[in-house]
Amino acid sequence: MGVGLPRLVGARVARREDPRLLTGQGSYVDDHRPARMLYAAFLRSPHAHARIRRIDASAALALPGVAAVLTGDDIARSAKPVRAASKTPNVKTTSYPPLALGKVRHVGEAVAMVAAESRYVAEDAVERIVVEYEPLPVVRDVESALDPASPVLHDEAETNLLVSREFARGDVDAAVAGAALVVRERFRFHRHTPVCMENRGCLAEYATGSGALTLRSSAQCPGLVRDILTDLLDMPEHLIRVIATDVGGGFGAKASLYPEEIATCVMARRLGRPVKWIGDRREDLLATTHAWDEIVDAELGLNQDGTIVGLRAEVIADVGGYSIYPWTAAIEPVQTISFLPGPYRVPTYRGRARGVATCKAPLGPYRGVGRPPAVFVIEGLMDRAARRLGLDPAEIRLRNFIRDEDFPYKSPSGIVWDRSSFTESLQKAREALDYKAARDEQARARAAGRWVGIGIASYVELTGIGSAIPVSPGMPVSTGTEAATIRFDPAGKVTAVFGVASHGQGLETTLAQIVGDEVGVPIEDVRVVHGDTDASPYGTGTYASRSLVLAGGAAILAGRSVREKMLVIAGHLLEADPADVTLAPGRYAVRGMPDRSVTVRQIARAAYSGAKHLPKGLEPGLEATRFYDPYYGTASNATHAAMVEVDRATLEVKILRYVVVEDCGRMVNPLIVDGQVHGGVAQGIGAALLEEIVYDDQGQLLSGTLMDYVVPSACEIPMMEVHHVETPSPVTLGGFRGMGEGGTIGAPAAIANAVADALAPLSIEVAELPVTPERLFRLTRKAGA
Amino acid sequence: MADMMTVRLKVNGVEHEGRCEPRKLLVDFIREDLGLTGTHVGCEHGICGACTILFNGEAARSCIMLAVQAEGAELATVEGLMRDGKLHPLQEAFREHHGLQCGFCTPGMLMTALDFLRTNPTPSEREIREGISAVLCRCTGYQGIVNAVRAAAPVLAAGR
Repeated sequence: MGVGLPRLVGARVARREDPRLLTGQGSYVDDHRPARMLYAAFLRSPHAHARIRRIDASAALALPGVAAVLTGDDIARSAKPVRAASKTPNVKTTSYPPLALGKVRHVGEAVAMVAAESRYVAEDAVERIVVEYEPLPVVRDVESALDPASPVLHDEAETNLLVSREFARGDVDAAVAGAALVVRERFRFHRHTPVCMENRGCLAEYATGSGALTLRSSAQCPGLVRDILTDLLDMPEHLIRVIATDVGGGFGAKASLYPEEIATCVMARRLGRPVKWIGDRREDLLATTHAWDEIVDAELGLNQDGTIVGLRAEVIADVGGYSIYPWTAAIEPVQTISFLPGPYRVPTYRGRARGVATCKAPLGPYRGVGRPPAVFVIEGLMDRAARRLGLDPAEIRLRNFIRDEDFPYKSPSGIVWDRSSFTESLQKAREALDYKAARDEQARARAAGRWVGIGIASYVELTGIGSAIPVSPGMPVSTGTEAATIRFDPAGKVTAVFGVASHGQGLETTLAQIVGDEVGVPIEDVRVVHGDTDASPYGTGTYASRSLVLAGGAAILAGRSVREKMLVIAGHLLEADPADVTLAPGRYAVRGMPDRSVTVRQIARAAYSGAKHLPKGLEPGLEATRFYDPYYGTASNATHAAMVEVDRATLEVKILRYVVVEDCGRMVNPLIVDGQVHGGVAQGIGAALLEEIVYDDQGQLLSGTLMDYVVPSACEIPMMEVHHVETPSPVTLGGFRGMGEGGTIGAPAAIANAVADALAPLSIEVAELPVTPERLFRLTRKAGA
Repeated sequence: MADMMTVRLKVNGVEHEGRCEPRKLLVDFIREDLGLTGTHVGCEHGICGACTILFNGEAARSCIMLAVQAEGAELATVEGLMRDGKLHPLQEAFREHHGLQCGFCTPGMLMTALDFLRTNPTPSEREIREGISAVLCRCTGYQGIVNAVRAAAPVLAAGR
């Protein structure tokens, strides 16, 4: 804020989007049904790996109500295959056809598409399509995929090793060899899936008269989708409009381009009729991108006093059958080695990452991306080291944190951390938990034979990434900017348009708070428009904890431009020097003379009323579009602390306390910040204790319903205590830091450490997540309990 | 194609009559034939609860019922909660306590909570958690929802 008092930013403002969502008036994809619309359904592969010999759709086409059937060959004539390119030499670029072309590479891959008068008829028709498959040997996991005798999934890559990357600093081998203590572990973070409550879906309309294509999609990134469709469909960009008004959760799962979006566009363009596809939950579990699925072998060398001397890690990720656009198959494993050193001073480091193709759904971005496994690993090693050295887990962290005098600190993987509050956050978490009392309570519980433990996890993440670095390592697509258009109408109300897209984060509220403060109007007078490429200036969308930083920064810039013009017009109307005019809430007044003022409405009306109401030479109108590029991005950090009890009879893990101290810089709306933390932690708890995607040896998905893939209900989630440290970012406009993902980054590690602490009397370490009752049964059995 | 059947039912106090195939799911009938798109489809196998409506006054999943089973029934959906242009006290509480984010589970959550508070007007936190565990929410971590239901309980009880 240059002038005026901050009124909206920082306040717990109730959300602007709530009334429509609470009354059933949301505008999700499936709520739209244009005239003459057809319903689509996809035939999906029952095989994990097979050659497609023949597809016979004649019986499907003969069914009354069926308009068309498309196969991979049909699509190949109308759209290019997706190729997620990378600038990194050791990341292979492979094709991902919208419908399988010649071969299927995972169960659930789309093979054919039907458009019919109802979804019911479309599904009837899908059952009548005959596909002759020649099953091929299944590439079931990373070990077998790397066996030289393994079949290769993508001939063009000549190997299943799609990704290899290394980050190194210093002589880590010498440092670890000379360390007083080395702790090592093989960590396993199993496959996870995002489960947005709204399944993916899209609705394409092609206007044959104008040649314009409109795609409504449950997408986080309407701009990215528009850009790539231009290329794949060979259409000019200005004729493609992508709309994502209300989206029922994203969490990264809806940040990628999906085959069904392309196929639906092709079908609509071919038929000249609107076509809608709404995925069902089975399709979501089979064919939405999965997450994590990593094995990490890591070693941490320390001095006797607990300070780190070196860290070595080998990460291997099962990236599934395809490399996802635009993030590539590198996103998960390379992010993991990027963030492994955590908020610590790690003088020597070597992290190697490999991404290996197997016959599973593609791996893609999911809340935290690589950091939940990275934090699980480094925080697990810190606790192991603390136990060996007889140090308190909080103490060993405090001895290693990057200190105030170290900022800006360049991490061993090259990320620069701006001023953050690692130490302060941990100390505050300790106070919030009343650490001493909690330890006393644990001792009493232990004496009574109960398995109670306390776990801590501290992390730092990079958010609000600008143009200097790609959001996903090696990705050539530029994602470093966002823009805002702020437009006054003559009645003094504001429309603010953004290229980002909100799907639960409350951006219609937080961005309105920023705009309202910048131009001096109440929040009711600001309408935020987002998620529509025709309405907004150029942008990509919402992912990677960027939107509040980038769109918020753009809002500040656009707000400033508009405000400067308002001051000039106000000066003219008040017959005062614009330099003497100041913004007071709702009106502009001559400094020191509050009675000499004009309202925002008077200024706006003047702006549109022609030359005689404006200073000589001033262009009419009152709007501005500004772009913002934070260049590097900014750090966000937190400490999570969990107190858990493992039930000795059922081996269920009950969370007794859960404390988060987070630092997202200047908070725009604490109500929304808390909500983001709560939701993120709940997903992290699911990841730590319940959720696991399971394939059998033949690549069949065993967790294909919500009965088998267990999403936490209200009963499994505790009340969380969220506290804040507010360290305004020194490197972003407004001092904001991104925070949508953080809850999921800290929670798995905090819970794993708490469970390990609870079972410390049995010398049990938690090296595998989710730590389900079955895994605890095996661990406690082996330990003789 | 199977014979079409007539379904007569009352939704939010209004009589409706429609014709559909016997296999048509109740939720599809509500959304497509009646145009009430506030009720959402999340899993079509009765787990997530997004499609929950009140069926003759009790919470029920409209994705695992057929439309023809609703012949003669009285349904309530999220569209019927507002009165005279004002949010229902439960909706107000959800807004005040940030009990929704993406909004997709919200209609099912509201209808479930409404039925729950009818049967248990003064619930404990544990009882609220059990009461709403029939609906999955991926955004809120349930904290805002639990707080909203707890805050709405006395208001709803006083209004009875």
